Amino acid sequence: MLDDFLTRAALAGVGLSLATGPLGSFVVWRRMAYFGDATAHAAILGVALALVTDLPIAAGTLVVALAMAGTVAGLAARGWAMDTTLGVLAHSALALGLVAISFVPGARTDLSAYLFGDILAVTRGDLGFIWGGAALVAGLMVWRWQGLLTATLSEDLAHASGVNPDRERLILTLALAVVVAVALKVVGALLIAALLIVPAAAARGLSRNPESMALIATAIGAASTLAGLALSLWQDTPAGPSIIVAAAAVFAVSALVARRR
Amino acid sequence: MSLLAAEGISVRLGGAEVLQHVSVAIQPGEIVTILGPNGSGKSTLLRAILGIVPVSQGRIVRAAELRLGYVPQRLSIDPSLPIKVRRFLSLPVRVTDAQAEAALVRAGVPEVAGQQMMALSGGQLQRVLLARALLGDPQVLVLDEPTQGLDQPGEAAFYRLIEEVRGATGMAVLMVSHDLHVVMAASDRVICLNGHICCEGTPQVVSSAPAYRALFGLGTQGALALYQHVHDHSHGHGHSHGHSHDHDHEPAEADVQTHDYVDHTHA
Repeated sequence: MLDDFLTRAALAGVGLSLATGPLGSFVVWRRMAYFGDATAHAAILGVALALVTDLPIAAGTLVVALAMAGTVAGLAARGWAMDTTLGVLAHSALALGLVAISFVPGARTDLSAYLFGDILAVTRGDLGFIWGGAALVAGLMVWRWQGLLTATLSEDLAHASGVNPDRERLILTLALAVVVAVALKVVGALLIAALLIVPAAAARGLSRNPESMALIATAIGAASTLAGLALSLWQDTPAGPSIIVAAAAVFAVSALVARRR
Repeated sequence: MSLLAAEGISVRLGGAEVLQHVSVAIQPGEIVTILGPNGSGKSTLLRAILGIVPVSQGRIVRAAELRLGYVPQRLSIDPSLPIKVRRFLSLPVRVTDAQAEAALVRAGVPEVAGQQMMALSGGQLQRVLLARALLGDPQVLVLDEPTQGLDQPGEAAFYRLIEEVRGATGMAVLMVSHDLHVVMAASDRVICLNGHICCEGTPQVVSSAPAYRALFGLGTQGALALYQHVHDHSHGHGHSHGHSHDHDHEPAEADVQTHDYVDHTHA
C-alpha cells in the first residue's frame, strides 16, 4: 500500500501531527510562535549547507535548526528584547538561506519544494524519517509532560517543586529543531510554524484541559492533512499550503463555536 | 535543629547587591514573617531560600528530605492554556481525587474543583495555590505576599486560615508581607528587612523597635491605625480569636500595650 504516493503523503502528514499537536500546544501556551518561525526559517540555510557539503538535507536542517534554537534561547537568557531579536533572526536566516542556496547549481529549481514542502514526493525513506522523528518528539512530550506543564504555568512554582525550568525549555527547543527537520518535506520552511500553531489555536476553544487540547490539536492536524491532500488532488492546488488552509478553516469554525458558547 | 536556614547569604541581581549577610532559620511549627518596604529584597530572600536565585555568599541549609510547599505571589496563566483546578492540583505530582478534594476543603474552596483556573477570583486563586502547596504535606510552607489583590477582610481571612492550618498540621510557615498589622496575629516572629536584617522579634517587639519605625515611618497623620493584638502563644488550641482584623474597630482590648499610628501609604 506504500506504493501509492497519496498514501505515503497521508501517512507523512498524520505522523507529523503526532508531534505537532502536543509541541504546538506548548508553542502557543508559552508564546513561542516567533521562536518557531525563526527556527523553521533557518531550515533553508540548512538546506544550502547540506547541498554544499553533500550531507543529507535532513542532517543539514537539523544542525542549523539546533544552532538557531540554541542561539535564540541563549539570547533570551541574556535578556535580549525577544520580539525584535526574533524578528531579526527569523528573517535574516531566511534571506541568508535564499542567498546561499542561489550559489548551489541546480538548487534554484527545487526552491519551492523547500519553501512550501513536497509532500506528494515523500519516499519510503522519508516516511521512516518523519515517523521516527515524530515518534521521538511525541515520546519526549509524554515522558516530560508533567514537568513541561508545571514549568509552563510558573517557573517559580516549578523550581520550588524540584522541576528545573531551564531543562524543560531545553527539551522544547530540541523537540522544535527535530520537528523542523522532519516537517520540511511536508509543508516547507515557510509553513512549519503554521502547522504547529494553527491546529493548537483551533483546539483551544474546544478544550477544558491541557491534555485534551494537545489531543484535539493532533486530531485537527491529521484531519487537515487529509483535507488538504483532497483539496490538492481535486483542484490541483499546492499540497502544503492546502493543508494549512484546511487547518485555518477548522480554526475559523472553532473560533465561531467557542464564541457562541 | 532548624528545618530551613539561610546562613549569612548575599544575593546580587544585575550587578546590585540586594541582600547582604542575611541569616534566617525556620524552626518546626513556627510562623515567621519577613517584612520590608518595596525593593527591600524580601521576595529575593524567599527566592534564594527556595533555590530560584543563586546566592553570591553564604549558604542555604535544608533539613534532609525536607518537604516544602510554595505559594507564589501570583500566577499568570496564559489565556491560551485551558486548565481546570483539579488538573492544576496534580502538578507536578499526580494526586487522587480524594486527596485533591481534602486539600480544597482544607483551603476553604471545596466548590472550585471543576472550574477553569482563569475563571477564579483573586481570593479563590490564592486558596487553590495554598491547596496545591498543602498536597505535598509540607514541613515548611513558603508564601510570597499571598494576599496581594485581596481586600482587607479577604486578607485577614487568608492569614487566619494559614494559622489554622498550622495549628492542625504543625507545619512551619515562612511568608513575606509589606504590612505588619495584617500579619501580626498570625506571626510568631517578624523579621524586618531592608537589604539586611534591621530588626527581629515578636510582632509586638518589632512594631515598637526604632529600626522598624525608621523603615516604615511613624506619620501621626497616618490614615490607618495599627492596633496591637493580643497574640496567644499557646498554639494547637481551637483558634477562636475573638478580635477582628479590620481597621475600623475600636482599640478596645484591655491589654493593649502601645498604640502606634503608622502611615500605610506604601508605594
